[in-house]
Amino acid sequence: MRIGESEMTIEIGLVYDRIRWEEKQLLKAAQDREIKVKMVDSRKESVNLLSNYEEISETFGDPVLQRCISYFRGLHLTAILESKGVRVVNSFDVSLKCGNKLFTTLTLSKAGVPVPETMAAFTMDGVFKALNDLGYPAVLKPVVGSWGRLMAILKDKETTQAIIELREKINNALLQIYYVQKWVDRPPRDIRVVVVGDEVVAASYRYSPVDDWRTNVARGGKSEACPITPELEEVALKAAEAVGGGVLAVDCMESREKGLLVHEVNNTVEFRGLASTTNVDIAGKIIEYVAGVVKR
Amino acid sequence: MKARCPECDGEIEVYDDVINGEIVTCPECGMDFEVVIEEKGEIKLVPAEVEGEDWGE
Repeated sequence: MRIGESEMTIEIGLVYDRIRWEEKQLLKAAQDREIKVKMVDSRKESVNLLSNYEEISETFGDPVLQRCISYFRGLHLTAILESKGVRVVNSFDVSLKCGNKLFTTLTLSKAGVPVPETMAAFTMDGVFKALNDLGYPAVLKPVVGSWGRLMAILKDKETTQAIIELREKINNALLQIYYVQKWVDRPPRDIRVVVVGDEVVAASYRYSPVDDWRTNVARGGKSEACPITPELEEVALKAAEAVGGGVLAVDCMESREKGLLVHEVNNTVEFRGLASTTNVDIAGKIIEYVAGVVKR
Repeated sequence: MKARCPECDGEIEVYDDVINGEIVTCPECGMDFEVVIEEKGEIKLVPAEVEGEDWGE
């Protein structure tokens, strides 16, 4: 803690590039608690990489709640802020691990968190080799990306070939990293658990819309209340801790064969769907956690 | 307050407690606009940034 710093004098920097429903709730939660917030539109800033802590914190505040909707924008800005001594939620290390599904799976698996069976490949041949082990159907996900974008079910050899050929034609090196997951036999829903620090704040089921297999709320998935069972709490906390902790959304599937499996940990939590299912003040919990970061 | 859609001239409702940077959608043509509150408090609507491939959570 820096000299003279307390929750009354701190100014949280809410760094964003789009005002979503969540950003408005976070701002309101801070105002309700009389915590000062500096809204910083990352798109309008330029940052001198040689500047010092005082200059950086003057512009961005300290601590900073990183809320950029653009993953790489947020990640790179967090790198700068952290290197100058600003405390950022979530940290660079957490964002790096959570922003890439392959890194997330490796991190979770190493910590003993249950994850779906997943293989990586780097060419069409490699994908077919992976499918020999995983079988059809399998799920192909981009390593970086959200909201279910470009996720595909590999149903058979022919569709797989077409999908990989299409991805090869897209001029994006990250799309040539193939993250292939065994299809998980599960109810048509997943579970979103929001973890703030060492507390499970709320959980919701997310049901796929009728015309889609993906459960992302951004794709029209519907949220319903989900009880926080001891098993769910344990898995979510373990997953959050494994990636480094902070404000996180742990997404789990209920495998009929293996129980809860964590398939994703999100580092810029969207909680609008979840908030509609609970009375818990999620934004308030997040703001209090960020304000409390200066004490830790 | 009401604003005019720069695309189709439709009427867009902008609430009084709007925050700089908030997105409004034209109910007539469906275009998304970002609200820019200028120094004198005047509201300007500029086309919202298009979803990028790294957007999300």
